[in-house]
Amino acid sequence: MSRRDIVKTAFIRSLPILCSYLFLGIAYGILMEEAGLPWFWTLTTSLTVYTGAFQFVLISLLSSGASLATVALTAFLINSRQTFYALSYVEDFSKMGRRQVFMIHTLTDETYAVNGTLTQPDEDRRRIMFVLAVLCYLYWAAAGVIGGILGQLIPWDMTGIDFCMTALFIIIFIDHWEKNPRHFPAIAGAVIAVICLLIFGAGSFMLPALLMTSAALLIWDSVRQRRDEASEEMP
Amino acid sequence: MTVTSVLTALAVSVAVTFALRALPFAAFRRRPMPPVLCRLGRLLPPAIMAVLVVYCLKDVPADPSGSGAAGLMAAALVAVSYRLKHSTFFSITLGTLVYMLLIRLL
Repeated sequence: MSRRDIVKTAFIRSLPILCSYLFLGIAYGILMEEAGLPWFWTLTTSLTVYTGAFQFVLISLLSSGASLATVALTAFLINSRQTFYALSYVEDFSKMGRRQVFMIHTLTDETYAVNGTLTQPDEDRRRIMFVLAVLCYLYWAAAGVIGGILGQLIPWDMTGIDFCMTALFIIIFIDHWEKNPRHFPAIAGAVIAVICLLIFGAGSFMLPALLMTSAALLIWDSVRQRRDEASEEMP
Repeated sequence: MTVTSVLTALAVSVAVTFALRALPFAAFRRRPMPPVLCRLGRLLPPAIMAVLVVYCLKDVPADPSGSGAAGLMAAALVAVSYRLKHSTFFSITLGTLVYMLLIRLL
C-alpha cells in the first residue's frame, strides 16, 4: 500500500475513535477546569498518562488529596487491563523498531479494539496501526485542551455524551462476533463480567473479571489443544 | 492541591500505567513468547470487548429503572441498528442521542 493509502485507511478507521475522543476529551477538559486544573494540566496528563477512564478518576483523587499509594493502587486496578491488551501485540510491536515504545504508550481500549479489526497484510497493518496511534493520541490531547478552554462556553447540558464510548465498544464487540466462528471467548467474557459486577460491585470488578476470563480462555484453549492432539493420533 | 502534589501524583500515574503496558514486552524481550500466551493473545480481544461493554454499563444495577434502563435500551438500539446497517457512525450517533434523551425523560 502507498503511504497515502495507509494514512487514508488509518484515518477512516479512526473516525469512530475521533467522535468518542472528541466528546470524552472535551468532557475531561471541562471537569479538569472545574477542579481548578487549567488546560495545560489536561494536556500534560493526556499526553503522559493517556488512559481515558483512569484520567477521569484521577481528577477526583487529585481534588480530594488522595495519598500516592491510593493513586498508584487505583492506577494499577483500572489500568491492569492494558497488560492484557499488550499481550496481544508483543509480536507486532516488537517488529516496529523505534516506534515500539510509542506503540506501547499509546495502547488504549479504543486503539486495541480497532487494531484487532484490521485485516491487511502484516507490514501494511503495522504501518496503519502506527498512523492510527498517532491520530488518536492527537485527538485525545486536542479534545482535552478544547474542553478546558471552550467547554465552559457551551450553554447546554452535555450529560450522557460519554455513551458514545459504550456504543463504540458494542459495535466492536459485534465485529468480533461476526468475524470469529467460535463464540466461547465473547460469551465467557460477558457472563464472567456480569457475575463479577454483581459480586464485587462497579468499583472493583474489572481486575477479577479479567483474571477469571483469562483463566476460562486458558482452560478452554487447553481442552481444545488436547482434543486436536487426540484426533491427530486417531485419524 | 499544590503544583508539587499534582506533579507527584501524575508521575506515579504515568509510571504505573506505562509499566502495565510494557510488562509483556519486558517479559518476552529475550525469550520467545510461549505458544499458549500467543494463542491467549488472539482469544482475548472478543472476551475483553465483552468485559468492556459490561464495564460501560456497570452502573445499571445501581439505578435499574432510571439511567440503567436508558443505558440498556440505548445499548440494545446500537446493537440492533449495527446488525441491520453496519454503519459505525450511524449507530454511535443514534445510540448516544437516544441515551441523552432517555436519561432526561426516565
